[in-house]
Amino acid sequence: MMPLSEICDLLSCKVFCCEELLDREIKYGCASDLMSDVLAYSRSGAVLLTGLANVQTIHTAFISEIYAVVFVRGRVPDERMIEVAITKKIPLLGTALSLYEASGILYSKGLASTMETLATVTRHE
Amino acid sequence: MNKSFTQTFTVSGNNFSDAGKISTEIKMILKQLGINSDIVRRVAIASYESEMNVVMYACKAKIVLDVDPEVIKIIVEDEGPGIPDIELTMKEGYSTATPEMRELGFGAGMGLPNIKKNSDEFTIKSDVGKGTRLEIIVYIN
Ligand SMILES: Nc1ncnc2c1ncn2[C@@H]1O[C@H](COP(=O)(O)OP(=O)(O)O)[C@@H](O)[C@H]1O
Ligand SMILES: [Mg+2]
Repeated sequence: MMPLSEICDLLSCKVFCCEELLDREIKYGCASDLMSDVLAYSRSGAVLLTGLANVQTIHTAFISEIYAVVFVRGRVPDERMIEVAITKKIPLLGTALSLYEASGILYSKGLASTMETLATVTRHE
Repeated sequence: MNKSFTQTFTVSGNNFSDAGKISTEIKMILKQLGINSDIVRRVAIASYESEMNVVMYACKAKIVLDVDPEVIKIIVEDEGPGIPDIELTMKEGYSTATPEMRELGFGAGMGLPNIKKNSDEFTIKSDVGKGTRLEIIVYIN
């Protein structure tokens, strides 16, 4: 658990909307550009770190109960995404860091992964 | 509390800018009905992956949300190319998505398996050249 305000400081984030919700407690970290993965494996209450900035990112966050989205590598949400995020009360933040760096920082500060580690690697043919 | 409710929505294929909107509406309706949040989340995920499939692969569809005190039922009936081999499309990783669809964060072949995972009962029927019909049932208790 970590308040969103701490994530904001650790990743030197810019806040695009819902600044009043920065006291929200975040339970897990989730890093993915693949929305199907988020829908399949993420738990309620995670922060989503992603390089994917389109309206599907916001819908996916709302549907899977992501508590905040951090866009990595300087990606910026457009007006429409911000509008949808405000109505759904999902804070949108942005960092200049890469997905790898941003995830590594939160992981090293003890934020747990939203996805369970698979027992084995299986190969799709 | 009276939890009976029915509503029909229409989705048009290829309309990527609105893709997902109906499932967010469905989620808000279920929340307002006071249904348990884990159940709402499962239904919303199944609905959203179905809606994305309509937008990506079909021409248009009707989505019916039907709630009674025991079960939530979602029927997604599309007019589209249909699915020739259902067993194959249900496999994790099978996908015919284009690069444009992948850019939206979908198209990894995980939609249908995840719809099934989140349903208590799931049926899929398809007529090649006509369309596909999904029935998703989630028990409330
Ligand atoms: N409504 C549909 N109409 C026609 N084909 C579909 C439909 N839904 C799914 N498919 C086919 O099944 C495949 C697998 O679907 P899915 O599991 O959702 O994965 P994805 O959408 O990521 O490809 C799709 O790539 C597509 O070929
Ligand atoms: Mg799909």
